[in-house]
Amino acid sequence: MTDLPVLLPASPPSEQAIEKAWRRVQLARHPQRPRTLDLLPLIFTEFFELRGDRAFGDDAAIVGGPALLDGHPVMVIGHQKGTDTESNILRNFGSPHPEGFRKAQRLMRLADKLGMPIVTFLDTAGAFPGPAAEERGQAEAIATSVKLMTGLQVPVVVIVLGEGGSGGALAIGVGDVVLALENSVYSVISPEGCASILWRSRDEARTAAAAMRMTADDQVDLGVVDAVVAEPAEGAHTDHVATAAALKLAIVSAIRRLSEQDTAELLATRYARLRGMGAYLETGAGSSRPPEAPSLRRRLGRILHLPGVRQRPRWSDIWPSDDGDDEHERGA
Amino acid sequence: MPIKFPFSRRAAPSDAWTKCPNCDAQVFSRQLERTLRICPSCGHHFRMSVGERIDLLLDQNSFEERDAGLESVDRLGFHDDRPYAHRLEASQVKTGLRDAVVWGIGRIDGQRVAIGIFDFRFMGGSMGSVVGEKLARCFETALEERIPAIVVSASGGARMQEGTLSLMQLAKTTAPLVRLDEAGVPFIAVLTDPTTGGVLASFASLGDVVLAEPKALIGFAGARVASDTVGEQMPEGFQTSEFLLAHGFVDAVVPRSELRATLSRLLRLLPAARAADEERGDDRSWGPIGALSGLAERLGGAVSETIGIDVDAEAASGGNGERPSQPASPTADAREDAP
Repeated sequence: MTDLPVLLPASPPSEQAIEKAWRRVQLARHPQRPRTLDLLPLIFTEFFELRGDRAFGDDAAIVGGPALLDGHPVMVIGHQKGTDTESNILRNFGSPHPEGFRKAQRLMRLADKLGMPIVTFLDTAGAFPGPAAEERGQAEAIATSVKLMTGLQVPVVVIVLGEGGSGGALAIGVGDVVLALENSVYSVISPEGCASILWRSRDEARTAAAAMRMTADDQVDLGVVDAVVAEPAEGAHTDHVATAAALKLAIVSAIRRLSEQDTAELLATRYARLRGMGAYLETGAGSSRPPEAPSLRRRLGRILHLPGVRQRPRWSDIWPSDDGDDEHERGA
Repeated sequence: MPIKFPFSRRAAPSDAWTKCPNCDAQVFSRQLERTLRICPSCGHHFRMSVGERIDLLLDQNSFEERDAGLESVDRLGFHDDRPYAHRLEASQVKTGLRDAVVWGIGRIDGQRVAIGIFDFRFMGGSMGSVVGEKLARCFETALEERIPAIVVSASGGARMQEGTLSLMQLAKTTAPLVRLDEAGVPFIAVLTDPTTGGVLASFASLGDVVLAEPKALIGFAGARVASDTVGEQMPEGFQTSEFLLAHGFVDAVVPRSELRATLSRLLRLLPAARAADEERGDDRSWGPIGALSGLAERLGGAVSETIGIDVDAEAASGGNGERPSQPASPTADAREDAP
């Protein structure tokens, strides 16, 4: 890190912050919010849906295929939530199984082969966590997608439409430019999931939403999102056409800008963008070392062969195990 | 960094016995250390600290830690029941580590490797910016020095206290792997108990070889989250090393006692490819292509004559439209050589 990160004093989120964050979460999940397939015909023409991962099946929670953007071919890939119970069952509420990610990989490789820019739309609560998904390698599918995207030789523009939920979102969300609709959210775990792990109660989801700073503005501040695309006054759900128009403008200008770079420059810039993610301090401390000058106890122990004193210094002497209550700290 | 006093540790009597979570046997802690932290009565693999892993896997005194000074910061101002900074401090005091991963250069039976090792006791081995940065540097150094990379994982996943910055570590740790692929440098992932969430959904699943310790918990979603969301009972043995082996996501389940020998063998079997600029000009006697060209050189003109005739015949029949035309240059060369 070249400059020191801006640090905020840690404190429980204020009532006002909670209110604001939760309103965004609700807007991002609004049943009338435009989904990938709502916006596609408003931004692109001649979309042709490609289906199936060529290995197991087709996952309707991810849609994709070639389309024209102002007459230029691009590959469009997005999560697709349903709008009612029936379509939500078909779309599995927008939560993909591994075959969804593998279909996306297939489409990305095709775009890479043909030199088409890729546009992706993120709108998922997360990858599906069921046993079938585990059996077919949910984690491997996400990891492979992320890896593939980091090496694509074509411009990739990512739009956070609604919910950017964890690895399931990132699997089609690694790009050169990441844009977010004003009322979208992006998080490492759903607020409910975070609340149930850290607060031990799903009811604290509102607090967790504020603490994780998951709104589009916050994401710009963290450097995860490059720019926010404004929504019509009442929110995207009130005017799909205006939302699509704003998005189209942003997508076209992003692709135009990225197309000016040659492949090597594009890849180098993407790599640098990903490598720069995160905040940490680089303190001067050098290498920890196993104790080179043994303690008096160890030296005596070695001479006298005291029990429990090893003959040579070991790394486990400075970083020993310590069995105990470590179960409560979990990740996502 | 916490200060350790030389007489403090083994004095506490509560440390003397450890209960095995698998078979409930009371194991004498000092015996556990001697048995590589494997339960003598049921074979349960207890979790290991970073120090014990280094001693287990690497040649004595070969490990040099790198980037020991990297330290996490609370970028979000995250506060659940206490501030993130306090959790970090508590973990640092408990473990003597700055964060959940230690990386460095070491040797396994004399073979140099870049190795990253997780310690689950540090905030559940969760991956935040420091863990991601250390692993990315580990991979980049492996690339630069053209030595194999190894990561021994034990992690609950991404560190929620860093929000999407921790999610971005999935991409940050994965991006260098593309470069390792291009350069021909191998990466071995060793999954230990537990490896879940964002760590499994990034580099840990992407080893050229993936090894796992027996009966380790390995899965994408925590079983509790899964049953909460899906509302169905998870099958028996779900999310274990053996489950992943059966479903084709792990190459081998390796008991801890054989882990070092297995890694050593794999390092010998899967050496890094020679760098492109090294390849030209020196002998290529190893490998089938090298052997063939060596043979061709020794046989000299006789071979090129034979090839010339063959290709010529093919080119002739190609004229009848029965065969696809051959790539231009070898045909042309062969014709010039042919008598």
